[in-house]
Amino acid sequence: MNWLDRLLPSKIRTDQGSKRSVPGGVWEKCGGCGAVLYQPDMVRNMSVCPKCGHHDRIGARDRLTKFLDPDSGVELGAEVRPVDFLKFKDSRRYKERLTKTQKSTGEVDALVVMEGMLKGRPLVTCAFEFSFMGGSMGSVVGERFALAGQRALEQHVPFICFSASGGARMQEALMSLMQLAKTSAVLGRLRAAGIPYISVLTDPTTGGVSASLAMLGDINLAEPRALIGFAGPRVIEQTVRETLPEGFQRSEFLLEHGTVDQIVDRREMRDRVAKLLDLLLDRPAA
Amino acid sequence: MASNLLEFEAPISELRAKIEELRHCVDDDTLNISREIEQLETKLHKLTESTYGKLTPWQVTQVARHPERPHAVDYLEQVFDDFEELHGDRAFRDDPAIIGGMARLSGRAVMVIAQEKGRTTQDKVRRNFGMPRPEGYRKALRLMQMAERFHLPLITLIDTPGAYPGIDAEERGQAEAIARNLEVMAGLKTPIVSIVIGEGGSGGALAIGVCDRLIMLEYSIYSVISPEGCAAILWKEAAHADLAAEAMAVNATALHEIGLVDHIVTEPLGGAHRDPEAAAESIRAALNAQFDQLRGLQTDDLVDRRYQKLMGFGRFEGV
Repeated sequence: MNWLDRLLPSKIRTDQGSKRSVPGGVWEKCGGCGAVLYQPDMVRNMSVCPKCGHHDRIGARDRLTKFLDPDSGVELGAEVRPVDFLKFKDSRRYKERLTKTQKSTGEVDALVVMEGMLKGRPLVTCAFEFSFMGGSMGSVVGERFALAGQRALEQHVPFICFSASGGARMQEALMSLMQLAKTSAVLGRLRAAGIPYISVLTDPTTGGVSASLAMLGDINLAEPRALIGFAGPRVIEQTVRETLPEGFQRSEFLLEHGTVDQIVDRREMRDRVAKLLDLLLDRPAA
Repeated sequence: MASNLLEFEAPISELRAKIEELRHCVDDDTLNISREIEQLETKLHKLTESTYGKLTPWQVTQVARHPERPHAVDYLEQVFDDFEELHGDRAFRDDPAIIGGMARLSGRAVMVIAQEKGRTTQDKVRRNFGMPRPEGYRKALRLMQMAERFHLPLITLIDTPGAYPGIDAEERGQAEAIARNLEVMAGLKTPIVSIVIGEGGSGGALAIGVCDRLIMLEYSIYSVISPEGCAAILWKEAAHADLAAEAMAVNATALHEIGLVDHIVTEPLGGAHRDPEAAAESIRAALNAQFDQLRGLQTDDLVDRRYQKLMGFGRFEGV
């Protein structure tokens, strides 16, 4: 844009050189019903389709800032950063994958932890960043989760986790598997201390994360239609050699089979979690 | 036996066949033959030693899965006395992929929980090839908590390709069953020693493997995903399992170097299946040594140390 264009009011500006008269990302297609949606509307609606209620995946930081009271969140554990201690290499080096993913997501690893307020109630919360190597759990995710749990333990405040993960991070091999034990051990301490832990399972939560921290809530909540399970659907299909039934491993299936307590719409998450905590801790209704 | 031959063992087996041939050879020159046999046997020993001295992680994987490798049922008989099996999760059914019960280890009563792959085809099917379902993990949970109540040390024998990935397992909460065991084992008020006797397949193995001391047999493996599974995802081809095994450092020695394994039990030359009794003897000695170290600890101290050990897992920058 030259100096003349800059002086002109936007309505008089010509579109010369700009191929993006309708910038990309203004319209998006709903992953559920296929409706074409105005992106700012979707942002206002917490990435839930206003037409069909489909819950689109959202980033960890975005989720936490929307879940907590405005400007109340303070990040914990940001100093914990990944290292490629095995010098793991497949078609690409783990180190390269990390750098590339860090650039594309703006995150250092796949879990963001914050301390903050929910409708005036102090708590610790964390969320998985699924776009960071499939939200996979390695040393950093495990350590940050443990820090979060310890913080809740020290402060005697509830701990809320939003999971979205394909499981353990293969590039950290058995050390990743041990994170299942580490995170579960912390939750054992919270349980013993009578501190509420609410696990919110979001799309998708499978593998090692479902087989540890995500299933250990005093209360397990799920967002609608989220894929939740131990084994991924493809692995199961290959094992049993039959087509999986419709709705298999979705939130509604888990509710029916007794694995989750409730299915909660993202737009009501703040209200519902606050209410559940008040009941659990026998605090007066807000 | 030839059908159970591992590829890298071909030269060893050729030599062995040659010796057998000579033994059955009827000749006048007996003295010469016996001398040659002796020479060949020395050569065989050296060859076996050198072959097994430098196994790649993928070759170790093959030994860990060897069809003749001793299983939990063998060790339950040879390492322990008076084993009394206890069945069922008290909710759904008994899962034969996990065997549990009380026994004596060198005279002392212990609780043992083990994964069993099965030997014959029929037995393999019955035991689901050692892939437990949620009811198996819940049976294990019941026995763990019983061990705690009666102050029995807990020993777990790990040998599984992984938790069963099936429709019914998902319906009954496979993920929850595993997660619950991890949490309970982390805080269990009794000493726990786990030993990987064959294949430690991911969360399905860890679900009976949170412990004070982790032992691995020399030719056993322990990994977050099978080498084949890892190769299929990262190399887009299961055939690259050898590369995946290498990259993930699945073998006991590599895991010991990283600090995830506390003790390695040396196996008889050529693997535990060449001399199961000697292997059992070594396992018993290793278990006793570990419990001797743990026995002096107060329960609170024991559980606290276990917690600190778990918290110490991870490699990262910062803090």
